[in-house]
Amino acid sequence: MSTVNTHDLPADLRAIQIETEGHARDYGLDFYETIFEVLDYDEISMIAAFGGFPTRYPHWRFGMEYQQLSKGYRYGLQKIYEMVINNDPCYAYLLRCNQLVDQKLVMAHVYGHNDFFKNNIWFSQTNRKMMDETANHGSRIRSHMERNGEDAVESFIDSCLSLENLIDVYSPHIKRRESVNRYDFDEGGEENRQPSKFQSKSYMDDFINPPAVLKEEQRQRDSDREKAKPSSFPEHPERDVLLFLIEHAPLKPWQRDVLTIVREEAYYFAPQGQTKIMNEGWASFWHSTIMTQKILHPSELLDYADHHSGTMATQPGRLNPYKLGIELLRDIEERWNKGQFGPEWEECDDYQVKRHWDKQLGLGRKKIFEVRRIHNDVTFIDTFLTQDFCKRHQLFSFKHNDQNDLYEIESREFKKIKERLLFNLTNFGQPIIRVKDGNFRNRGELYLGQEHFGVDLRLDYAQDTIRHLHRLWTRPVHLETTVDGRPTLLSFDGTDHSIRPLGGASHDVEPKDRRRA
Amino acid sequence: MVRKIDRDASRFKQIVRGKIKSDLRKYITHGELIGKSGGEFVSIPLPQIEIPEFRYGEKNRGGVGQGPGDVGTPIGRSDDGDSGSGAGEAPGHHILEVELTLDDLAQILGEELALPRIQPKGRANIIEEKDKYTGIRQTGPESLRHFKRTYKKALKRQIASSQYDPRDPLVIPIREDKLYRSWNPITSPQFNAVVLYLMDVSGSMTDDQKEIVRTEAFWIDTWLKSQYDGVTTRYIIHDAVAREVDEHTFYHTRESGGTRISSAYNLANKLIEEFHSPMDWNIYVLHFSDGDNWGEDNRQCIGLLRDQLLPKCNLFCYGQVESPYGSGEFYRELEEAFDEVPNMALSEIRNKEGIYESIKEFLGRGR
Repeated sequence: MSTVNTHDLPADLRAIQIETEGHARDYGLDFYETIFEVLDYDEISMIAAFGGFPTRYPHWRFGMEYQQLSKGYRYGLQKIYEMVINNDPCYAYLLRCNQLVDQKLVMAHVYGHNDFFKNNIWFSQTNRKMMDETANHGSRIRSHMERNGEDAVESFIDSCLSLENLIDVYSPHIKRRESVNRYDFDEGGEENRQPSKFQSKSYMDDFINPPAVLKEEQRQRDSDREKAKPSSFPEHPERDVLLFLIEHAPLKPWQRDVLTIVREEAYYFAPQGQTKIMNEGWASFWHSTIMTQKILHPSELLDYADHHSGTMATQPGRLNPYKLGIELLRDIEERWNKGQFGPEWEECDDYQVKRHWDKQLGLGRKKIFEVRRIHNDVTFIDTFLTQDFCKRHQLFSFKHNDQNDLYEIESREFKKIKERLLFNLTNFGQPIIRVKDGNFRNRGELYLGQEHFGVDLRLDYAQDTIRHLHRLWTRPVHLETTVDGRPTLLSFDGTDHSIRPLGGASHDVEPKDRRRA
Repeated sequence: MVRKIDRDASRFKQIVRGKIKSDLRKYITHGELIGKSGGEFVSIPLPQIEIPEFRYGEKNRGGVGQGPGDVGTPIGRSDDGDSGSGAGEAPGHHILEVELTLDDLAQILGEELALPRIQPKGRANIIEEKDKYTGIRQTGPESLRHFKRTYKKALKRQIASSQYDPRDPLVIPIREDKLYRSWNPITSPQFNAVVLYLMDVSGSMTDDQKEIVRTEAFWIDTWLKSQYDGVTTRYIIHDAVAREVDEHTFYHTRESGGTRISSAYNLANKLIEEFHSPMDWNIYVLHFSDGDNWGEDNRQCIGLLRDQLLPKCNLFCYGQVESPYGSGEFYRELEEAFDEVPNMALSEIRNKEGIYESIKEFLGRGR
């Protein structure tokens, strides 16, 4: 990339970086080496379009993102202030035309993110050399394109991207099964399959190793192997659909490679989706702390306040992760400083006592560092969102009203709010889908199932996604889901889509539900 | 320098234009091409393709928000893609909304549709005078005092008369130092334009069709206003007879009965002759209908256009809005009679998505 020229940060910014980094360290933040680059808006849009990686593989989607970002900026609709990449060293991009006060704020914010990347457990399995890795991916895909044609590879990527969210975000942390080594399917290789033979001269062989015994031994082995085989395939439903496809779909080597790349990148980005509220909250917490306590010049106060409040602005119907994150962290810090936790606090129902509760424990800072280490958004909200907090910050849950096609406030009840929030955070608010059978009807058909939590899939999208699955699997593909409260099977056999109810009236295909592909 | 992103950007453009991958084109979501008045929020059409994936539908969907309001208070439309998701969703799934001035909007429209600038016709025979504050004089109201010039003059005077002490840099202007802004008259040629909107309000035009007309008229107004110093708009509705009405009536009238398009053309022609001499005015006539006319009236319409309206207009546009009832015949009549007449633009508008192309057809001629 032409723009990387690391260390000629202008002197004034260099000085701010040194100062900010010092303060961040003093507060106990712990981060990778941080390299700041100053870019103009067009360059920053370009890099943001690539998800932060200037050397990513070619695909039209990045061009679309770029157009959106650069036009959005020119039309005055939006502006990217900063970008941080989870990598060692950590790359961060500053916008050239920003005022100095903004650059200060951004730098402090970046150190917050960088600390979070390095210390939060959910990032612990991400590739810290992703900058190099994406460059490798880029050149691999370009060489596939040279050999197989740009259109073929790009449209195969389209299919892979359509399945991109079918990964198991917990799998990097939990060993669910022995990893299958593709090059080692016959344990022990061909030799072990042969019955055990004693050494012998050829003329003695029939006596020392009687053929009948050998044959019996061979039969025994084969039947043992047959017994050892799992009764179903896969043995347990698998959420890492992409891995299942990589291992079992009849793909060409280049296709397998492309799918592997898409999967790897999906896993790299997953923790950022899993910790959006915490990560932005943590970075905002630190920029506001470092700015207001250390590096803000009085003359910059108004600009700082303006920018900070812009970042924290809320709007009905949209939850600002920056705002929710920072307020929850502040709330935790205050509660642990005052000792407002534990059974004694929970059991107290005297409002007056609770209001003036202060045991002066001073545990707040320690607590939030612990929180940033072990939680993701789901556990964070589940553990620390309180009724009191919801009330103070005017949170509400909303739902879609099908009658007038509007979203409406549904409730201000704590339970309902928490439920909605957790639902939208679980699996990034995306449906959970598993491979249940890779040999459905003993015909090599693929059978998936959706865990249904009361919200139906968008049907047209689901059908087209199944079509992409079929492209990889090449045999009929089925998805078990729920439509309007009824268990339903969506299928695609390569030419026709079908939707049919499961259970009671099973295999009852209504002709009007079939549409020609 | 060729940048990596340029390749991807041009692939994307090809998809949008339909040159590659027709299967992706159905996922193109244009931001809505409408300015909502009132809050003056405007959505901008940035094309976007969504890759299909397993995702939740609208039904039973909800989320968490923040702010005042009671249970039941509406907080947004469902096409506002972002609102359902709360946190954690990938960026780029939202329609951009922002406050813009109409001038900005016109500029964006011009850029998006690659519209040529209009060359106003005729000589600039009307000269307008405007006052601009570009002058300086020694008297004037205090509110117009030019602080910088006053200060400089006072400083100069104090230094010249050695009253200035750098260790105590006190500058006190006296009466003679004070300078005031004043104006100079600026003359500039003025181009006037009149836009006549004609609409069929017979029973076959439904509210959906009128919404399309209103949207399209909004963008055409916006563009013309950015191209002329003054734009006058007039509204004519017609069924079997035509009359001039105000804007509100224009969009809200619904009549039953037959259609005689020539009545509207006659009235338009009369208004032009009476009030808007083609010598002084740039004239635009935009006619919207579902194309259902009394058969024997068509010949009269074509005659009126050929002999009266077209020679006087910069541009005559006919937009045929598809309706469940209309026959749509009028479009073909005009197409046949006025093939390749440079100041006549025809477009068939099937639905809201068709507005974009239609505006391009009308305004893309730079007339």
